[in-house]
Amino acid sequence: MRFVVRRLGFYLVAFWVSVTLNFLLPRFMPGDPVSRMLSQSQGRMTPEQVDQMRVLFGLDQRPVWQQYLGYWHSVFTGDMGVSISRFPTPVTEVIASQIGWTVLLGGTALLIAVVIGNALGILAAWRRGGVLDSVLPPVLVFVGSFPYFWLAMGALYLFGVTLGWFPLRHAFTAGLTPSGSPVFLSDVAAHLVLPAATIVLVSIGGWMLGMRNTMIATNSEDYIVMAEAKGLRPARIMLRYAARNATLPAVTSFGMAIGFVVGGALLTEVVFAYPGVGYQLLGAVSALDYPLMQGIFLTITAAVLVANFLVDIVYVRLDPRVRVS
Amino acid sequence: MSATDPTEVPLLVATDHRGTLSGPTAPAAPDLLPRRRARQGLVHSLVANRKALTGMILLALFVVVALLAPLLAPGDPSTITSLGAQPPSAQHLLGTTPKGQDVLALTMWGARSSLLVGFVVGLAATAIGLLVGLSSAYFGGRADNALSLLTNVFLLIPGLPLLVILAAFLPTGMVTVILVLTFTGWAGSARVLRSQALSIRGKDFVAAAIVTGERPAWIMFREILPNMASIVMITLIGSVIFGIGAQAGLEFLGLGDVSVVSWGTNLYWASNDGALMSGTWWAFVPSGAAIAFVAFALALINYGVDEVTNPRLRATRRTTSARRRALRPATHPEVNR
Repeated sequence: MRFVVRRLGFYLVAFWVSVTLNFLLPRFMPGDPVSRMLSQSQGRMTPEQVDQMRVLFGLDQRPVWQQYLGYWHSVFTGDMGVSISRFPTPVTEVIASQIGWTVLLGGTALLIAVVIGNALGILAAWRRGGVLDSVLPPVLVFVGSFPYFWLAMGALYLFGVTLGWFPLRHAFTAGLTPSGSPVFLSDVAAHLVLPAATIVLVSIGGWMLGMRNTMIATNSEDYIVMAEAKGLRPARIMLRYAARNATLPAVTSFGMAIGFVVGGALLTEVVFAYPGVGYQLLGAVSALDYPLMQGIFLTITAAVLVANFLVDIVYVRLDPRVRVS
Repeated sequence: MSATDPTEVPLLVATDHRGTLSGPTAPAAPDLLPRRRARQGLVHSLVANRKALTGMILLALFVVVALLAPLLAPGDPSTITSLGAQPPSAQHLLGTTPKGQDVLALTMWGARSSLLVGFVVGLAATAIGLLVGLSSAYFGGRADNALSLLTNVFLLIPGLPLLVILAAFLPTGMVTVILVLTFTGWAGSARVLRSQALSIRGKDFVAAAIVTGERPAWIMFREILPNMASIVMITLIGSVIFGIGAQAGLEFLGLGDVSVVSWGTNLYWASNDGALMSGTWWAFVPSGAAIAFVAFALALINYGVDEVTNPRLRATRRTTSARRRALRPATHPEVNR
């Protein structure tokens, strides 16, 4: 319990840091975001909205501490202002309409990569020096040296443009209305294959090597020798004795990887024009849509922190040593 | 390449110099062998290591091309010299971009900015990480708690979105890119260096130095630091890889200075000019491959450093493989090619 409370405290501090960072950035940057946005919005903004912008960016002559408190108030009430590029939709609505795609893409890719990567790691460590162990790691390290977005571009060019196996952009074919029908779902799945596959390709190596290295350590433990001496079936020793104990570090990496799901899919979404939060973030940046940018960053950070906290709680369930110390 | 030398040489000199002073109380038997080898020169043993040598030659090749770019491809590389989207030919060895610029010239000139930013970011991030990690380990207590908290918070805040936000608010330019990447990249090195420094902090020779009344800065940088030179080197190389990759990513998103020629901006323009959709693969393959080769070369050097300086790595390998059932002689798992 003390462990959980301490972790909670840590995540609260992390949240405070990111909110404060978000608060400070527009206030200490050169230039006036509001006037830049005014020219961008071409007179569609009402005077009240301009005032609201000024409040949001601290150009309203109040003392800084008052602005800071006001900012926290708007964070807690979920009032992130109105998007400029998608005027007059509130920022929260824009984010809500897109976070589903990001979670779908990142979640699918993460699950596949974790399952395959760990399975390969277990096998590689179990048969050390075998084909799997000597061929795959160097290949995956080499693949990992390529910039991710470049591999994604290559895959898009090869499988999308040249071979025409997969659609080139977006999450579903324009013209279809989102629904639960098989036609729509299979269309979504077809659009998902290429972006998800590229993420799996680059992230699988990390999972495999991590699992392999911990498993090599557990393989030399005495209880494995004991299990072998007892004459247990090798598959049982591999999965229930060695792999099970080697999973703990992977659980921690899983928490970290959730950060990649929400935030790191940005490059994927940009290359494949996938309508997720990351793609929107870049769109907001190029349209100078500061409220949307800030809202997205806060959402991503909050999601990462919550996910990591949940993983910590799971970890306490899995590893009794944490509970005792 | 030249960027690594300044950090490397003084560290080794320092080991020799302080080694005599802290010798008697210094490391126990198993540590002696690698230390003696380190004294012969880390560079020397790296050259003897095949992996590291391959990496260094590959990296040197890129550095030479970057330095000689004005001679190899005179003139501004972004001038339009021919028809757009020409496939590779004798005149343009790597073809031309959809705009009509020579891809080979762009790639060679791009090495300058990419390598420069990569190494500067690597050095800066490692320097900050070293400062934070060393003081965290040396002072302990409250300072350690505060610094570790800061490090962990920075590790947790999603890097890429933060990069994008920062780059969006700051004026565009190479300095911004360097600052932003250093700001988001130091925490990883700090965590690794702290844990290494912490284990050295507990050794007797550090306690002896404290009793002798040495100043904290002296103990941190002349007693502890030389004993973790290899891990600093590994962290540095890792940070350089991060710097090169992240710069390319940032510029690909159009958040760098798009008027500067670098591998990242080459890819940005290739994607912007529709090289992908029109099938001019030669416009985006070279820059990406260049990044990959540099990252691969650096990774090779890293494995080399690891093998040369970490006998424990080899020792555990031997015991585990001896204990497990009959196995072929352990081919090194990470990189064979």
